[in-house]
Amino acid sequence: MIPRWVAAVAAVGALLVVLPLAAMAARVNWADFWTLITSESSVAALLLSLRTSAVSTLLCLVVGVPLALVLARARFAGIDLLRSLVLVPLVLPPVVGGIALLYTFGRRGLLGESLELAGIQIAFSTAAVVLAQTFVALPFLVISLEGAIRTAGTRYDVVAATLGARPTTVLFRVTLPLVWPGLLSGTVLSFARCLGEFGATITFAGSLQGVTRTLPLEIYLQRETDPDAAVALSFVLVAVAVLVIGLTRRSRSAL
Amino acid sequence: MSLSLSAHLPERDVQVDLEVADGETVALLGPNGAGKSTLLAIAAGLLRPQDGRVTLDDRTLTHVEAGRTRAWVPPHARQVALLAQDPLLFPHLSVRHNIAFGPRSRGASRRTAALEADRWLDRIGLPDLGGRRPSAVSGGQAQRVAVARALAAEPRLLLLDEPMAALDVDVTPALRHLLREVLADRTVVIATHDVLDALLLADRVVVLDGGRVVEHGPTREVLSRPRSAFAARIAGLNITPGTWSADDDAVRTTAGDLVHGRLHDDGGGAEPADRAVPVTGTPMVAAFRPATVSVFPARATGSPRNSWPVTVTALEPQGDLVRVRAGRLSADITPQAAADLAITPGDEVWFTVKATEVDLYPA
Repeated sequence: MIPRWVAAVAAVGALLVVLPLAAMAARVNWADFWTLITSESSVAALLLSLRTSAVSTLLCLVVGVPLALVLARARFAGIDLLRSLVLVPLVLPPVVGGIALLYTFGRRGLLGESLELAGIQIAFSTAAVVLAQTFVALPFLVISLEGAIRTAGTRYDVVAATLGARPTTVLFRVTLPLVWPGLLSGTVLSFARCLGEFGATITFAGSLQGVTRTLPLEIYLQRETDPDAAVALSFVLVAVAVLVIGLTRRSRSAL
Repeated sequence: MSLSLSAHLPERDVQVDLEVADGETVALLGPNGAGKSTLLAIAAGLLRPQDGRVTLDDRTLTHVEAGRTRAWVPPHARQVALLAQDPLLFPHLSVRHNIAFGPRSRGASRRTAALEADRWLDRIGLPDLGGRRPSAVSGGQAQRVAVARALAAEPRLLLLDEPMAALDVDVTPALRHLLREVLADRTVVIATHDVLDALLLADRVVVLDGGRVVEHGPTREVLSRPRSAFAARIAGLNITPGTWSADDDAVRTTAGDLVHGRLHDDGGGAEPADRAVPVTGTPMVAAFRPATVSVFPARATGSPRNSWPVTVTALEPQGDLVRVRAGRLSADITPQAAADLAITPGDEVWFTVKATEVDLYPA
């Protein structure tokens, strides 16, 4: 039983999400839609976004899977603190994240100076975009995978070990396949977060066309000069987001 | 592959020494919470004792002194396989790949491991199920696959933790038969609360209670000695020793009563016709559950062929039922029936049990 007033408030909540999207869709200039989204700068931004998001998601997997495993299974003093710290980017304004990254990898940053000496410059490069996206998206993967690993428990891992499987074999042949749905949804969420990343990117990576200007940055800039293009590109981003969410839901229910 | 285990674990109040000779099957018998699973976990390297030592052949697997680990071999390097009550087949792998898991982990090629798995599938009588997912096989089949998977890993020591407990009673004989066959000549420790498992699978019994060994010895001896009343009680099974009487087609107990029942040979023949009929004088054991025993104030008339006069020694609650003890035998009846009969200790009553509820084994 759902009280009537709850249903009413729920409807308001749903409208709050759907109405702006509908309002935006209503403003899309359908006649020029294709031209708008295939302009040189738009295509460059879209491709850059897809490329960097893919690399960032991969990076999230490479460091996020071990991190989730440690948070779910390891027991040591300070693990609760570590868990909270890893989740900080979830609640931090991305701009603040960008500033933090700048003071780490920037020219005068904590690691930046040594990197500079080694001939590596990260700030305001495509690598900076990837770092910024990884920074904000990592918690999505970790949180989703850690929960899945906890829920799965260790019973099958123990069996695998007594059958002679080394810990690494157990990880790849038992632990990860068993948390596949959680891994998949975590990956997709991270990818979506990477695609939408704006604040940390513009602070830490700047906005150079073809180098660091991802789709959200392009939309923000176009809004000043060509609102129609901004709306069209926004619509593309919404479509990608809806597609991504739909795909995860589908694969989740299939499993 | 002889096992020597000595462990002290204060937080679970376990203090046990256990020796298993090469090729021997030892049954750990005891009620829930007696420390059986704890011992198995220590042997498998899943639990560290406060003080203790586990040695398999001459290899020290665990050595802990006063909480300080002196030697430790991780579970995957012990060659000790553990089969639990729940088959725990990997749900994402086919039955064949489940069995091939051990060989693959040992470094066997995909092909060799698959061939090995198929050999095991034949041996456990499920040659056509290799391609199935674990979710598509029955509980009994899954446990057979789990047995094959454990043995395909070529363990030096096999630990079985209540392997029949999660199965329907009608499939346990088949699994027990399989275990009897594949456990021969292996070094095995089987934890169970069922005397029948001990009787049919083990060479020796170690009875645990409250984390201590309270009794041990060769299976037949423990089950036929007076002290074995303890083992029978914790198992909740009535065990009556006697000898075969071919004239009566029944077991004659030491008290002179006749016990009719279903005759089992040593588990070898699948068909009744293949089974050897014992000769008169063969030592036998009759086993039946207290719940199958009815209590009457006088000799029952009608179909039951087993009816003996007994003197009630005690009445105790047993779950929702009342356990009527009469010396070494017991019967579980409803409180209603106990009230109707107005039983008190010292009363003469008749214990009656259908022949189809009694299992007769050569002892």
